[in-house]
Amino acid sequence: MSPEKLTYMANQIAGFFRNRPHEEAVAGVADHISKFWEPRMRAQLFDMLTQAGDRFDPLVLEAGPKIRPVK
Amino acid sequence: MSLIKETDYGTPASESENTVTLSIDGFEVTVPEGTSVMRAAMETGIQIPKLCATDMVDAFGSCRLCLVEIEGRRGTPSSCTTPAESGMVVQTQTGRLKDIRRGVMELYISDHPLDCLTCAANGDCELQDMAGAVGLRDVRYGYDGGNHVKQRDGGGEVNARFMPKDESNPYFTYDPSKCIVCSRCVRACEEVQGTFALTIEGRGFGSRVSPGMHESFLNSECVSCGACVQACPTATLQEKSVIEIGQPEHSVVTTCAYCGVGCSFKAEMRGQELVRMVPYKDGKANHGHSCVKGRFAYGYASHKDRILNPMIRERITDPWKEVSWDEALSFAANRLRAIQYEHGKESIGVITSSRCTNEETYLVQKLTRAVFLNNNTDTCARVCHSPTGYGLGQTFGTSAGTQDFDSVEQADVVLVIGANPTDGHPVFASRLKKRLRQGAKLIVVDPRRIDLVRTPHVSAAHHLALRPGTNVAVVTALAHVIVTEGLFDEEFIRTRCDWDEFQEYAEFVADVAHAPETVEALTGVPAAELRAAARLYARGGNGAIYYGLGVTEHSQGSTTVIGIANLAMLTGNIGRPGVGVNPLRGQNNVQGSCDMGSFPHELPGYRHVNNADVRDVFEEVWGVSISDEPGLRIPNMLDAAVEGTFKGLYCQGEDILQSDPDTKHVSAGLAAMDCVIVHDLFLNETSHYAHVFLPGSTFLEKDGTFTNAERRINRVRKVMAPKNGYADWEVTQLLANAMGGGWSYTHPSQIMDEIAATTPSFANVSYQLLEEKGSVQWPCNESTPVGSPVMHVDGFVRGKGRFIRTDYIATDEKTGPRFPLLLTTGRILSQYNVGAQTRRTENVVWHDEDILEIHPHDAETRGVKEGDWVKLVSRSGETSLRASLTDRVSPGVVYTTFHHPTTQANVITTDYSDWATNCPEYKVTAVQVSPSNGPTDWQEQYEEFSVRARRIEAAE
Repeated sequence: MSPEKLTYMANQIAGFFRNRPHEEAVAGVADHISKFWEPRMRAQLFDMLTQAGDRFDPLVLEAGPKIRPVK
Repeated sequence: MSLIKETDYGTPASESENTVTLSIDGFEVTVPEGTSVMRAAMETGIQIPKLCATDMVDAFGSCRLCLVEIEGRRGTPSSCTTPAESGMVVQTQTGRLKDIRRGVMELYISDHPLDCLTCAANGDCELQDMAGAVGLRDVRYGYDGGNHVKQRDGGGEVNARFMPKDESNPYFTYDPSKCIVCSRCVRACEEVQGTFALTIEGRGFGSRVSPGMHESFLNSECVSCGACVQACPTATLQEKSVIEIGQPEHSVVTTCAYCGVGCSFKAEMRGQELVRMVPYKDGKANHGHSCVKGRFAYGYASHKDRILNPMIRERITDPWKEVSWDEALSFAANRLRAIQYEHGKESIGVITSSRCTNEETYLVQKLTRAVFLNNNTDTCARVCHSPTGYGLGQTFGTSAGTQDFDSVEQADVVLVIGANPTDGHPVFASRLKKRLRQGAKLIVVDPRRIDLVRTPHVSAAHHLALRPGTNVAVVTALAHVIVTEGLFDEEFIRTRCDWDEFQEYAEFVADVAHAPETVEALTGVPAAELRAAARLYARGGNGAIYYGLGVTEHSQGSTTVIGIANLAMLTGNIGRPGVGVNPLRGQNNVQGSCDMGSFPHELPGYRHVNNADVRDVFEEVWGVSISDEPGLRIPNMLDAAVEGTFKGLYCQGEDILQSDPDTKHVSAGLAAMDCVIVHDLFLNETSHYAHVFLPGSTFLEKDGTFTNAERRINRVRKVMAPKNGYADWEVTQLLANAMGGGWSYTHPSQIMDEIAATTPSFANVSYQLLEEKGSVQWPCNESTPVGSPVMHVDGFVRGKGRFIRTDYIATDEKTGPRFPLLLTTGRILSQYNVGAQTRRTENVVWHDEDILEIHPHDAETRGVKEGDWVKLVSRSGETSLRASLTDRVSPGVVYTTFHHPTTQANVITTDYSDWATNCPEYKVTAVQVSPSNGPTDWQEQYEEFSVRARRIEAAE
């Protein structure tokens, strides 16, 4: 997937959870991505979080370590 | 097998719980209060002669054939208009009655042609039956005087009273010479369909049935639903298919394969030839009504374009080669296995079809999970109601409409959001309009003035014509009014929802940022109107919400669904008849395809693949180990294909190239794959990129079940042998077995047994139960053995209903100087989805091309006139089509349909999608419109490519 699209999708998810209490929002983003993103997408996300973290919503960055790892 | 004839009781059933007992011809009869004497008699088996009465419409009392004598009453009252009363003593057959009836019949026949032997209704004519029933032996009057039967009188003079046949409608004829002016057609059009297209013009002997103001049927407001044809007791209104073929000899009850209403039909047959489809009175979704698609548009099943032999080709630039089933299947299996060997087991996947049966869908997802050993399965719900799945799952605990369709009869306020029922779900719309004519109030939230806003005898109390893309702002503002004005149902919330969560939600929603006055500038909805609508919904009695793709197909589709669920919980409009949250599902079996585990993260019954207990159940039955990782969704599959990690696809009964957004991205994804298998009736647009074509079967050619929008599992029954040789479930099984699946189903009922054994909400479902009950609504298990018409009755599926905050986040698809208009898309009554079926029927007389609706102001500033070709451009692509000027759309908004591949409306739509589910944002695209002189280069190139891609090598 194009890096722009992937970033966009992750940030869109953060947008929905932003109005929650902080802990809940971070957990919400992590849970959503763990549940609905196929491993290839998560792997790409992990790569990008380390290489181009500035493109992401802070909630996504914080959720990163809580997202289900790829085997 | 025989011809199913439902009993006609003459007048509708009474709903009263009180009963009355009377005597008819010496028999005691007990019936609900309000029942007519005619119906009471029929219930004991006594058929009083009748012509103008039929139980699909109210009693009219015009034919004077159903007269009876009642002790203590003067004269001979008509039994259809006389309510049964306790102690009544009724005689249905006396000397006096016999004489009157014979006299009446003689007058009828004196103005009716006597061509019974060559008449299309021969064998199915109530006039003929009644002539027999009253013992008519002579007609003394002749045709010498005034009549409507003869074109010329005896002296060769033109008979001014004679009217020629109207054959303008492609599916039925109107022969005025055979009309007995019983008004059944007029009343059916009013009472059942609610269109009011027909009337009786003239008076006395000059009375005639007239579509509109003496127009032809085709040019009138008639929507060709067929209710008048069904109501007609003679051959005056007659299906052309019956005129051509003759009367049917047997019939089979089955389910329509068009929209999510799921109407039951009798397929009336002569041998293996389908004579006509007639709506089935005992069908629980439609109660004997139909629309033009289900009733008439089945001709695609025998269309010459149908492909009946499997075909393969090495490369997509080659012509197709017809081969045997064995060769096609082993070609496909070898390619798929080779791809997996080279690129890993996650490199292939499936798309299940929302047009196929539950059993077929179940097998396709099983193919990917148990044979391909991954979870790469998705379905067309991705692009329509996937946000419903997410939103209702989060708030209520399960993904489905909460009511049955009958529930609308008890609604007091109906809130229709982003749906156009008269076009998309016509039979439900008729039922809704009937309720609205009885006095229920209507609120419409839609950028476009849909027909429901103002239609004969129906007028919306409020039309909130919002700017496309601002649903969440409007729905949240409605909640703001309900909370801040104290209109919420505290008791319901305290007992059924989490009170603390509610308080947090209430605080959020009460913020002035969500007030109608604040959001007015961005939604375009006047604050006072929005407030009035909120008050009406909250306090107007039973409030029912019906919504469609105008809600889901947005960047914030899931958020709007959550907002809708919030509204229902706030007002306590959940858990009883007359209320609820009802997604109007698009395709016949889109509910079922979701139920059957078509989504990449869910096994059948909406259970996540990471749930080990659920995987265990299937692993035991399937004998494989199931992946616990979610698979790819359709747009993700295409992304992965472009990237080179997804190489093979088995696509059953869906045309993603035409139906999915951003056509160029879809074609790039498909072109990058090594093995695309299209399993369909026709060489659809997707097949241009396919290497294997497996011919599909129609709903007339297989057994199975469809699940409609009210969770109703209806039987689909085979009425003819598959023209392609195999039902679709057999084809999937052959493919699975070619890849070593080792499946051995011999009938779809065995597949349903496997579904029931593995999926708790289907635990009690079996073909035997469906045979007994006709249909059942899931959940159907130990606690609800015969199904559940209303859900969440004593508590939500998830326990406590959950309020979730819904912040409005504007879509990034924004208008600007280059693209100043917003395009939104929708459907039209006569066409269905990508049109693969309906474009291959006579329905094209109503709609043979996609039309761009544009407001006259926007048209004028661009120099566009009615009927002009215009170019429609977005940042994704461009196409051209004809324009129509209308104030149905607001200035700044344009609208079109997506039924025709020559227009390819999805070349225009973008790749923005719902944040939660990737459901594409079809309903908002920034565009520019400019005059044009014909198809764009892209359209011409596509046309050429399309012809080339469909070449089939001549057989050697």
